[in-house]
Amino acid sequence: MFESFTTRTKQRFCWPQLLLWVVVIAVIVAAPVVLPVFRLNLLGRFLSLAIVALGIDLIWGFTGLLSLGQGIFFAVGGYAAAMYLQLNSSEGQPNGIPEFFSLYGVDRLPFFWEPFHNPVFTLIAIWFVPALLAAVLGNMVFRNRIKGVYFSILTQAALLVFFNFFNGQQKLINGTNGLKTDVTQLFGQMIGSPEMQRGFFWLTCLMVFLTWFFVRWVVRGRFGDVLIAIRDDEPRLRFTGFNPTLFKTIVFAIAGGLAGIGGALFTVQSGIVSPQYMAVPFSIEMVIWVAVGGRGTLVGAIFGAVAIMYTKSLVSEAWPQGWLFIQGGLFILVVTALPEGVIGWLKSDGPRNLLSRIGFVRPIGTYPQLEMDGQDEVQT
Amino acid sequence: MTMPLLELRQITVSFDGFLALRDLNLNLKPGELRAVIGPNGAGKTTFLDVITGKTTPSEGDVMFKGRSLLGTREHRIARLGIGRKFQSPRVFEKLSVQENLALAVSCPKQPWSLLVGGLNGNQRDQVYHLMSIVNLQNRADWAAGSLSHGQKQWLEIAMLVGQDPDLLLVDEPVAGLTDEETDLTADLLKSLAGDHTVLVIEHDMEFIRRLESPVTVLHQGHVLCEGTMDQVQADPRVIEVYLGTTEENNG
Ligand SMILES: Nc1ncnc2c1ncn2[C@@H]1O[C@H](COP(=O)(O)OP(=O)(O)OP(=O)(O)O)[C@@H](O)[C@H]1O
Ligand SMILES: [Mg+2]
Repeated sequence: MFESFTTRTKQRFCWPQLLLWVVVIAVIVAAPVVLPVFRLNLLGRFLSLAIVALGIDLIWGFTGLLSLGQGIFFAVGGYAAAMYLQLNSSEGQPNGIPEFFSLYGVDRLPFFWEPFHNPVFTLIAIWFVPALLAAVLGNMVFRNRIKGVYFSILTQAALLVFFNFFNGQQKLINGTNGLKTDVTQLFGQMIGSPEMQRGFFWLTCLMVFLTWFFVRWVVRGRFGDVLIAIRDDEPRLRFTGFNPTLFKTIVFAIAGGLAGIGGALFTVQSGIVSPQYMAVPFSIEMVIWVAVGGRGTLVGAIFGAVAIMYTKSLVSEAWPQGWLFIQGGLFILVVTALPEGVIGWLKSDGPRNLLSRIGFVRPIGTYPQLEMDGQDEVQT
Repeated sequence: MTMPLLELRQITVSFDGFLALRDLNLNLKPGELRAVIGPNGAGKTTFLDVITGKTTPSEGDVMFKGRSLLGTREHRIARLGIGRKFQSPRVFEKLSVQENLALAVSCPKQPWSLLVGGLNGNQRDQVYHLMSIVNLQNRADWAAGSLSHGQKQWLEIAMLVGQDPDLLLVDEPVAGLTDEETDLTADLLKSLAGDHTVLVIEHDMEFIRRLESPVTVLHQGHVLCEGTMDQVQADPRVIEVYLGTTEENNG
């Protein structure tokens, strides 16, 4: 009885999940062979967005915190990576600092760039700085018991503040233009080269898997139960002796760190990071990936991000204005018909119910629960 | 005389000028079982809110184990040893019965210890024991939200017991329970008294009588009188504000 301590209500193993993993692994193995470099690069970028989506699922799907400001942490991670790459490739430049500085007459590196000479520091900063930022911002909000839609509005307001700030700082980070990475060097190779891009694709796949594994570990067991309890009835949890503020700060920091990793991987595969990564619509899109994929199902978050973004790129090539309509339609579909998202629907026997409604499959006569009810009556 | 475990000193709670509690004084000795009755709106739930830190009184002080609870946050008060069952059952609906109880018995309730380890053997036994006390062992894997009202009541009582507080504050535990379940609940609470201090709020007079405990009557935010059930029921003031209607019904 106790072996199944947490399996029943959450991470129930089922065939759609298995099937999905088979497909995913097949795609990852086959992709570099069959896809042209351009498409492979797109897939890699969308997979890095899946890492962001996993973080959103953790805070929204499990803990009930709807953040519309994940773009902040995403962009900060991207800037951290880009700053290292720029420094790494600026030896031939005037003053030995990145080229764009000369446009604004800056001849000394701003102090906060200095540590980004160090690759180890950069690898840590990519996730640690966004996580720390999220922890500080989150704690201020959570400590004051700001919840629900007010939390969402605040995160969006913070996003706008960061967006405007980054846009205005030409002398520090090249403002609106952002930082280019595709012509920078790493290990003596150009970042934008096909070999490098293939390497980043593999790295991204690995990171998606590790992230999935990590978040799964976090939400399993009692820590995850506390998150769900926060979502269900936070005040009640306090009277049981838990401090929800602490738990919320931790998961918000984790989601921030994951967004940073996703942002760094996205940046090196896009060739640029710019304040556009903090645009309001983009952060809302991130939430839609998770809603469509399925809140509270980790596979759903990955699937939502990759499938929606890939469809978006295909549609936009064929019919540039069409995507907005499709995205709006998807959103309405999820709100009205699939509140648990696609994966949530698959998990809750959605296909069977649909088929039986059309008349393909006979509906199940009784629910197993009703039979258990009968047994209990006999016992007592 | 032993030091009281809980001491409310001249508590006043004002909601925009409306005094939900007025100059309320109350002492609980360690190990005591106390019943609190009072008409609807008397301030019974508000007074639990004050003890558990949900509501800050505008005047007065709450002393627990000799220290003031004012300004202490809810989860700290809970960790000091005060547990609470809410008037309408509040359980975590999306979690299973087992998971609800596992959260209650978890100790320490810190993120890291919840992340890295499961329940230890004693705690597992405790969860299983609690489920058998409240007769939910067949529902172990059910989402708490799918339980009946009475089962939720019992689950919440079990969670309260699992938390193992020194002081149990129980708000209307038998609303919606069958007579048999009501009797079992009374026996359970009586068995807890002694090792624990228990304060029970209830409207069900049969249940209160069965507790065989001192009764405090609350009326308009004030203690009207204290005594045994018989003394209280004989008090003309109580008959006037509260039991009068009940006697008419019974007679
Ligand atoms: N947050 C609040 N704001 C304003 N008034 C409140 C608030 N909470 C309680 N009250 C008022 O305080 C009074 C006491 O309420 P309380 O819930 O403590 O009564 P009670 O004795 O528990 O009643 P019942 O037996 O119906 O549960 C009521 O008149 C109620 O309307
Ligand atoms: Mg009440």
